[in-house]
Amino acid sequence: MKRIRAAIVVLLFGAAFAGLAVGYSERTVPSALAMRYLQEVPAELGAANVVTGILITYRGFDTLGEVAVLFMVAASVGMLLSAGAGRRAVPAGASAPPARPPSELVVNGAEVVLPVAFLFGAYVIVNGHLSAGGGFQGGAVVASGVVLLVLARPSVALHHGFLSVTESLAGVFYVALGILGLIFAGGFLDSHILPRGEFGAFISAGAIPLISALLGIKVAAELSVIIDRFRS
Amino acid sequence: MLQELLVILICISIIVSGLLAVTLRGLTAAMVSSGLASLFAAVSYVLLAAPDVAMAEAAIGAGLSTLVFLHAIRRTSAGKEE
Repeated sequence: MKRIRAAIVVLLFGAAFAGLAVGYSERTVPSALAMRYLQEVPAELGAANVVTGILITYRGFDTLGEVAVLFMVAASVGMLLSAGAGRRAVPAGASAPPARPPSELVVNGAEVVLPVAFLFGAYVIVNGHLSAGGGFQGGAVVASGVVLLVLARPSVALHHGFLSVTESLAGVFYVALGILGLIFAGGFLDSHILPRGEFGAFISAGAIPLISALLGIKVAAELSVIIDRFRS
Repeated sequence: MLQELLVILICISIIVSGLLAVTLRGLTAAMVSSGLASLFAAVSYVLLAAPDVAMAEAAIGAGLSTLVFLHAIRRTSAGKEE
């Protein structure tokens, strides 16, 4: 009986997705909204990368919300794991398993990959308005570099206080830039508070590179703190 | 045409590594397989002209979450059975 019910549910799901798959036809022309963004972002914002232009200016408030969600995750992980830290000493016999030293491959690989990973992360963050990427992606790349560092050198200690202060300052400046936009330009997080500059130049697109850099710092610091909490 | 074939091949790889992640007995191998599914998904995003999403998927899906799980497996008793 249970199996029949499960089979019926699976079949219903299959029918729903089959409808989607059969009815799909690939667009050859972008939709009206996409067309409008494709024309407006380079002309109005001066950003060559349309995706970052939309994420940071038109949908800036949503991005702020995403960062806030990440902040809440970091805060709750910190709270949960530090509450468990006091109880861990209770099972006296079962001490923590002796940590295996990291393998040769990880240690030597990290020495080669780490500088490149951090540099690439920084490049992705500051070039968000010109090429693929932006604050979020670059921050994640930097954070995966931090994970590699932690794996290769288990004894390394991240300075939580420094990371928290950096992250909070980045958040404060991000919101402050948004309020400046409210005062000097069209609205909250409007990137027109700085001159648009020459299209395609490194310093261009108004406040987008600045906001992207703050986002990158914030995301990288938050993810690093989350990872380090899991370790300790 | 060649690109379409490549996309189909990548999609099959995503499904195969996803199935492997569920069926493999060793936890570490299953986790690596799940990370591989994310990596193939990132490659498919690049082929479908969405490099921004691909970058986030590769860094978070294939990198961070896999490593967090691997770390958890190592720290808990499940890692010692192998």
